[in-house]
This record gives sequence, C-alpha cells and structure tokens, in this order.
Amino acid sequence: MTAQHATQPAGVTSASTENALGGENYLNHGRGLWSWLTTLDHKRIGIMYLVSILTAFLLGGVFALLLRTELLTPQQTIMKPDTYNQMFTLHGAVMIFLFIIPGIPAALGNFVLPLMLGAKDVAFPRLNLASYYLWVTGALFALVSIITGAVDTGWTFYTPYSTTTSTSVISMVFGAFILGFSSIFTGLNFVVTIHKMRPPGMTWFRMPLFLWGLYGTAIIQILATPVLGITLLLIIAERVLGVGIFDPALGGDPVLFQHFFWFYSHPAVYIMILPAMGVISELMATFSRKRIFGYAAIAGSSIAIAVISFLVWGHHMFVSGQSNLAGMIFSFLTFLVAIPSAIKVFNWTATMYKGSVWLATPMLYALSFLFLFGIGGLTGLFLGALATDVHLHDTYFVVAHFHYVMFGGTVMGFLGGLHYWWPKMFGRMYSERWGRVAALLIFVGFNVTFFAQFVMGSQGMPRRYYNYLPEFTPYHVISTVGSYLLGFGFLIVLVYLIHSLVKGQPAPANPWGGATLEWQTPSPPPHDNFSREPVVDDPYDVERWRWDEALGGYRRQEQPASA
Amino acid sequence: MSQTTPHAHHDPHLAHHFPDAGTQFEAGKLGMWIFLATEILLFGGLFCAYAVYRANHPEIFIYAHQFLDKVLGGINTAVLIVSSLTMAWAVRAAQLGHQRALVRLLTATIALGFVFLGIKYVEYEHKWKEGLLPGKRFTHQAAPPPAAAAPAAPDPAPVAAAGDSSVIAPAARGPAGLASPAVPGQEETHKVPRNVQIFFGIYFSMTGLHAIHVIAGMITLMWILRRAARGEFGPRYFTPVDLAGLYWHLVDLIWIYLFPLLYLIH
Amino acid sequence: MGFLGIQGGGGGGFWLPRAASTGAGPVDALFYFILAISVVFFALIVGLMILFVVRYRRRAGQGPLASPAHNTPLEITWSVIPLAIVIGIFAWGFKVFMDLATAPANAYEVQVTAQKWSWLYTYPNGHVDDVLHVPGDRPVKLVMTSEDVIHSYFVPAFRVKRDVVPGRYSTLWFEALEPGEYQVYCTEYCGTGHSDMLSKVVVHPPGEFEKWLEDASNLLNTLPPAEAGERLYRSRGCIQCHSMDGAAGIGPTFRGLVGSQRPMRGGATLVADENYIRESILEPQARIVAGFEPVMPTYKGRLKDEEITALIAFMKSLKGEKGEDQ
Repeated sequence: MTAQHATQPAGVTSASTENALGGENYLNHGRGLWSWLTTLDHKRIGIMYLVSILTAFLLGGVFALLLRTELLTPQQTIMKPDTYNQMFTLHGAVMIFLFIIPGIPAALGNFVLPLMLGAKDVAFPRLNLASYYLWVTGALFALVSIITGAVDTGWTFYTPYSTTTSTSVISMVFGAFILGFSSIFTGLNFVVTIHKMRPPGMTWFRMPLFLWGLYGTAIIQILATPVLGITLLLIIAERVLGVGIFDPALGGDPVLFQHFFWFYSHPAVYIMILPAMGVISELMATFSRKRIFGYAAIAGSSIAIAVISFLVWGHHMFVSGQSNLAGMIFSFLTFLVAIPSAIKVFNWTATMYKGSVWLATPMLYALSFLFLFGIGGLTGLFLGALATDVHLHDTYFVVAHFHYVMFGGTVMGFLGGLHYWWPKMFGRMYSERWGRVAALLIFVGFNVTFFAQFVMGSQGMPRRYYNYLPEFTPYHVISTVGSYLLGFGFLIVLVYLIHSLVKGQPAPANPWGGATLEWQTPSPPPHDNFSREPVVDDPYDVERWRWDEALGGYRRQEQPASA
Repeated sequence: MSQTTPHAHHDPHLAHHFPDAGTQFEAGKLGMWIFLATEILLFGGLFCAYAVYRANHPEIFIYAHQFLDKVLGGINTAVLIVSSLTMAWAVRAAQLGHQRALVRLLTATIALGFVFLGIKYVEYEHKWKEGLLPGKRFTHQAAPPPAAAAPAAPDPAPVAAAGDSSVIAPAARGPAGLASPAVPGQEETHKVPRNVQIFFGIYFSMTGLHAIHVIAGMITLMWILRRAARGEFGPRYFTPVDLAGLYWHLVDLIWIYLFPLLYLIH
Repeated sequence: MGFLGIQGGGGGGFWLPRAASTGAGPVDALFYFILAISVVFFALIVGLMILFVVRYRRRAGQGPLASPAHNTPLEITWSVIPLAIVIGIFAWGFKVFMDLATAPANAYEVQVTAQKWSWLYTYPNGHVDDVLHVPGDRPVKLVMTSEDVIHSYFVPAFRVKRDVVPGRYSTLWFEALEPGEYQVYCTEYCGTGHSDMLSKVVVHPPGEFEKWLEDASNLLNTLPPAEAGERLYRSRGCIQCHSMDGAAGIGPTFRGLVGSQRPMRGGATLVADENYIRESILEPQARIVAGFEPVMPTYKGRLKDEEITALIAFMKSLKGEKGEDQ
C-alpha cells in the first residue's frame, strides 16, 4: 500500500504551508458574528464550544472556591446552610453537565476529529451546530434555575428529596435533559464520521488512539444518555403531575430512581475519561518521539471499558438496600473494569521507555495524568470492595476519589490536549515557561486540595456537610488553601493563553512532531481543512518527522524511519 | 478516491464534505439507526419500570388493566400497522419516482396518525372522567365503602381524598409502620389492591411519551409531504423519506409492545 | 510506617478511627491490604515514570532508541497479575461484607426512625429516645425507616452504614468492643439540617443497660412535668429546630412562646395558647407562624397525651420577652 504522493515537490515548503495567520484560514473565512453563529465549520463549532465550556468551568470553579471558603471553619463562615447546599449542587451540576461531559469531545474532538481523518467535516455538520445550540439552551435553563432559587438536591437528584424540595429543580433538570440531547447528537455524529469518513488506507487499526477514545465515548453517549433523559423526565412528571413512580407515599420506589440515575451516570464517568485517555495516548507518543506501546491493547481496552461500564452502576448503591447478590455482582464487575484502565497506564509508561522524552507543557499534563489518575484509579479499589465501601461511601473519601479521576484525570487530559492543539487551532505558540509554571502549580495545588480529603473521609467525615465537627478542621483548612492555589494556577493559564492569541509567536504546521494528519495542514487550518491532500501514514510513525530549524517546526521525511 | 477533490459535483444533493452520494446516503442511514437506538433506550427506562413494578405488584396490574379498553387499543394497533404499510409503500414510491402515489401514501400515513391520536384522546378522556389518573390525582371510586368503617380523624397529609376507599394513606408516621390501609379491612372485602395509581403512572408515562413521538413523527411527515409535493424526491434522492419511514416504523413497533403489556394482561 | 498508618490492636491511626466493634477489625485488615497493594503499584508506576523521564530525556542530536512496540508475554503478565489481585480483593471484600450484613440471631433490636433532621430510637419496651443506648455484651440490630426522605445511618467507629429509606425497612448490626460513646452521622444528603443530624451510640458496660432503660422509661412518673417535658424536648427531636433560649432556628424558639401573640402565615394573628401548641404538635401544617416554612413533621401517634402536657409545661417554664422570636 503506497503512500499517496504530495503534490508539491519534497523539500520545498512555503510560509503558507506552515503558518496561515497572514493568509486565508478558517478564522477569517467569513467575517462577523453572524458567520460564526451560523457556521457549519466543525472547527468554528469546536472553538465556540471551547469558549462556552471554559466559561462553565470558570463558573463551576467559582462555586467550588466559595464552598471551600465556607468550609474553612466548622460552623458558618460566609453563607447559610441552604446557600451552601445550593453551592455544592450547582458546582456538581455545572461541572458535570456543562463542562466535563461535553468537554473534550465537543471542544477538542469537534476540531480535531475530521482533521485526523483527513476529512472536510463531520458527517452531519448541521446536526453539529444543533448540538452546540442545544448546549446553549441547556445552559440557559441551568442559568434560569440558578437565578430563580437554584437547586439544593446534590447533582444526583435523589428522590424523594428532589421531588419534594421547593428549589428550582424543574428548570435545572430540564436543562440537563436538553444537554443530554446535545451529548447524544455529538456521539451520533462521531460514530457515523468514524465509520464512514475514514480515508483510504486508514483501517480501524491504523486510526489514531484519540479517535478510538472518542469512538468508545460516543457509544456510551448514544446508549446511556437516553436513560438519563427518561429519568429526568420522570422527575419532572413527579413534581408537576404527581405521577408517583418514585414517591413511597404514593406506592413508588425511591431506590428505583437510583438504579435509573446511575445506569446513566456511571457510564457517564467513562464518557469523561475515555477521551482524556485518548489525548494521553497522543501526547505520550509525540513527546517520547516514539510509537505508542501496545496500540491494539489500548484500542481494545477503550471498547472494553465502554462495554463493561454499563454493568457496574450498582457500586454506587452498595448500602442503598439493593440485594446482597446484586452487590456481589456489581462489585465483581467493577473490579473487572479496572483492568483495561490499568493496561493503558502500563502501556503509556512503557511508551517512554527508550524514548526521547520532551517535557513540553502538554507532556507535563500527561505526566500529571499518570500520577493523579493512578491515585484516583487505585482508590477506586477501596470503593469497589464491598466491605470497605460500606465505611467509605458518602464520605470525603469518595469526593477525593472522583476528583482525582475526573479532575486529575480528565481535566489534565483536557489541558494537555488544549496545549497540544492550541497552536493548530490559533496559529500561535503560548509561553512555554508560564505553561510549565502553571502546570506545576496546578499539580501541587490539586494534591494539597484533595489528598487531605481521602484521609478525613476514611476518618469518617461525611460529604455534603455544611457544619462539621472540630476534629476535622485541619483537613478542611489544608484543602481550602490548596483550592486557592489551584484557582491561581488556572488564572495563570487563562492569562498566558489569551496573551498568546495576541502576542504569541506564529506556530508552524507541526510544532511538536506529531504524526497524525492534523499536523499536515497549516496552523490555523484553511476553511476546507487541507489545501493539499494529507499523506495517510501510520499515525504513530513519529520518527518520520524531524525537526527543521529553518522551518521552526517538524517536517515530514519522505522515507519512513523504518525503511 | 480522493476526499478533498476541490471541484464541484454535479449532484445538487451531495454535501461538500462527502466524497460521493453513496457514502452520504449510508451515513444518513447509519445516523438514523443510531438515533432509533437512543429512542429504544429512552423507552427502555419506562419498560424497565413497568417490569419492576409488575414483578413486585402483579395484583395492581391485573386489577387496573381492566379499565383499559382492549377494543380501542386493538383498533389503534391495527391503525398503526396499516400506517407502517402505507409508509413503507411511500418509500417504495419515492424510490420509483411515483410522485403522486408518494404524496397520497404520505397523506394516508399522516391521516392514520390522526386517527390514532383521536382514539387516544377518547381513551384519555374516559380516564380523566373516571379519576383513573396517576399518583395524587387518582380519585377513582372502586366500590361503596362498607357502612361500618368510621372515618379516621382528618389526616393532614395532602394525599388522601376524604372518604375515598381506594386511595392509600401517606407513608410511615412512626417507627412501627409503613403505609397503612386507608380503611382497615377494605381490601380484603372488595379486592382493590393498594397503590392502583402506580399502574396509571406507568400507563400515562408510556402512552404519553409514545403519543409525543407520534406527534413528532407526524410533524416530520408533514414536512416530508410538503417537499414531496414539490417534487423533490425521486430515484436519485429519497433519503429523507427513507429515514422518516424508519422513524415511523419504530414508533409503530413501540406501540406493538405497549399494547399487549398494558392492555392484554391476564 | 506512620504514613501508611498501619496500627495493630485498636488504636486509631492515620487513616481510620479506632476500631470499636467486632466487625471493624476485618474491614480494617482489608483496607490496609488494599492500601499496601496501592502503594506498591503506585510506587512502581511513578517510579518508572520518573526513571524514564530522567534516563530517556531528550538530548540534542539524539533520538529515541530502538524498542519494540509491543510485547505479548509482558502485556499478558501485567494484565493477568492485576486481574488476580483484584479478584482476590473482591472475594475478600464480599466475605467481610456478608458478615457485616448478617445480624446474629440473638441480636438486641432497636427501631430507628429518621426524619429531617433527627434520629429517634424506639426500644423494645416502647420507650423512645434520641440517643442510642445499647448493651455492651451482645450484638445489636437496628431496624430503620424514614419518615420523609432518604437518610443514612453511619457509625464510623463500627464501620457500619446503611441507607434509611421511606416506605421500607433497612437493617444494620454491630457488636461493640467496649463501653463508650460513639459518633453517629447522617450520610445521605437530606436538606438544610443534614450536617446537624448527628447522634450518638452509648455502649453500656454489661449489666448497666437494663437499668438505664428502666430509668429512662419512667421519666413521666419520676420527674415533675416541666422537667419531664424538657427531657422529651431533647429526646424527641424538638431541640433540632426549636431553641429554648431565644436563638433563631428552623422553627420558632420556645422561649416566651406560650401565651404570646403571633402573626401567622396568611395574615391572621393569634395567641399561642395550649390548644395552639397541641394542634401544632399533632397537625403542624395547619397554622404556621409567619416567617417559617411548613417543614415540621407530625407527632400524631408518637406522643402520648401526658407527654404533650409535659411538653407544654416545659414550654411555659421558658419565660421571656413577648414577641422575641426569629
């Protein structure tokens, strides 16, 4: 299978094949706000998503800082108990539904997926734009809820509390329902795109692992989200029409709600982590200047995780009253789902073996991921085991666990991907020095914030507590101080990224030496993605790309490194 | 086969990001099947609730389903099956370029949809009149309460309708008890199970969600009809008719499961 | 091994509170085993990561060294060994869980009622209290239900926890190792007062529990009405929402309440006399003071008439300035 030849003679490169800031690119193709709001260009949709979800992240982060500030002292510090209860609910709901679930697929995936396939767009560009507007609509409903009395149920909406409390549950739940459709349509789009729009030569096993990650995620989005949809509709029906399915006073079963809710919400956490794992695969290969180790195992484990994730929801309910048999089955399957993730971690580590490791900012986030997701995943063992979960359930141990995997995992993956593809998206390099400073600050701040929470959790500190007993004060103080450090780190990221848009050095087509197809087009890409056909290589033939001093970036060698 | 050939295609229906019409058609089909899968899972939650409650309280289902009209339900089933036939036929007409037939068949499908909704309205109206409603609104009088039972002191809970023998009392008001019967001994003598309103919660959720999908399908078909009347479909391009047909068949299929599960319980 | 916090015997360590029940030891053993495995694997991964980053860092003019892109025997090994370990952890956890979940036949049963935001315990002789007193020499089984929303009963020292669900019963059991007082938390979010829904387990030395129960059950006979009323105020959950010293709470303070004029929700004004107090205890939603939410649960069937009388006597004893409230 010969690689198709480029139409330009080898060795000749022009400025416009590298950086396109001065010429035509997708950013200046069509001007004005209206051209953005009605765009069908996946790259612009990705950018709009990026700005939107980062705004949601900021909002969710502010809620977090506020609630951590309240927890500085054992009793009231800056807010009343009802306000605090709304604060942790909103922090969870905003972060989960508005930021992390759309997260990497919508903001990075939308931009990168067609480029990685050498395609012009996703399968259904109009559906893509519709997904974005559904996100906006969902966000508006969430905002309405926040303004009209907010929600105080916890993001899990357990009944009968959620069906009887007087806060603005319906608009928040309806917002989440709409966001669910945004998620489903994104997943649908990605599955069809990957199935139908791979270029000739890119068989399934010659696909970049980021796409395997997005594919596994999309499967879960498609199959799990509708169940959340019906669950949310039933909450609304309960509140508005008094249907009574979950209300024991009307013959209903509140534990059935938990089954419905977690049937989606457990797979949802794999929606969050699989794309991040996909990013890490790309980063590990590129920044070790080496082929990823164990490609087939990583690809297969993405699918295995997607499938098994549907079978473990009951591990959130070990003390809920479900039968011991159910508990046993769920515990067993939960341990099974840990293995594919472990395999990935081993493979990533092995990728660095005998590589040429480059500690650029994206790689710092990838290494942070290994460390933090490692802790997060291992603490899952405590929670998957029935006997220890009885003690640890609904304590801060769980809070620490999921922050280590979602924040230490997904958000690190997101930041790594953002820093990796930033030059491609905007044609600019950011300050590498400030990138490293912020990455370090975030890493340290994160551990200070959340490690203490493991210990206070196993000591018995329950979660969602406004007041706490004085013996837990030192842990809370440490955690709050860490959260301020963390917030400061993100502030630095915000500043230097925005600064780069204005003053950043023009980026070459391939600043990092990645071997996937998006690096074969200028930074930023033209409207139609590729002005000349990309050459479909092995996506991990990283060694084919050599640093070219004159170019200021990596250049593809005609001969494969293994020839 | 190039993905990025810059020159124009002659086919006005081919989107610029697809290499050829065949791929575009296959992509559309795959997309619609995936969407149907999500719909099945959406209803799946309700089927699951049905299964759980029926397994735990078969007496409620056996008792309550007698209030559903099997004849009307059967007619509705036949209506939808015929409408699927007209829909499939319409897709065939589009493929063959028979525009007049396409328009007539789409019209027939939509008309049958209206018939379905009309019959559902009749059924719902009957339920409303009889007080056979979900949850708190269940006010159906099963039988006259026995004269010997003295009404208890007014209970402040909002659930119980005064003097209604079929309505359950609120849940535990003390460590000793769960939901206690409204009138002791009532159930045994009149065989009205407790919590009958659960059946109607499930009935209205399932048929209501289904009806919403029927309406959405009809709106879609009306839009397709308009395009068909303008001659937009033919052998070269009939994808929207095909995909709308797939959706309509799913709506029919869901009813085919709903009908026996709700109406034909023994 | 301070960080690992592994402690022999029963002393509280870095990670876990002091084990105070027969069931806690096995749970702790599993916890520390998982901790050890986690530390080992974590050290391995992070150690290798740091080693590779340092040893194979990018050097000018030098590319990566040749190495295989996969190694089937290695990959199988590092899949199978962790699989075996986690299956072992599963089995161990399941076994200990079954012991935690299965109460012995001779357990002493206490009924627990959860409501927003207090715990009430009903003893076999009918006595109701807000503190869980138990005998220290036998297993104790709690039979629990909720009045309103889902709560959860958690005693960290015993390593036991169970959701308390409205409309059904759930159970948990423990056998205390030694007398003492142990903290109880509600661990299922239930609204405004969730973090104040605390309680205690008081484990009595052998032989003393029965005496306590007898004394506690005879409150009304042994104490003057106002004092008995105060005990009831504390033990039946009133104290959760109504202060006795004028402080603001979820419900109106009892200080100066009886006999005062109160503006009601809906505009009317009335005098909070004995009849109104009684009505508020039995039908709390009927007439509510302005500025407060209709969240009080009813005590119909849970307070005897003479207990209500004692409560009213207690409230009357709390004199204060009129109108001093919220």
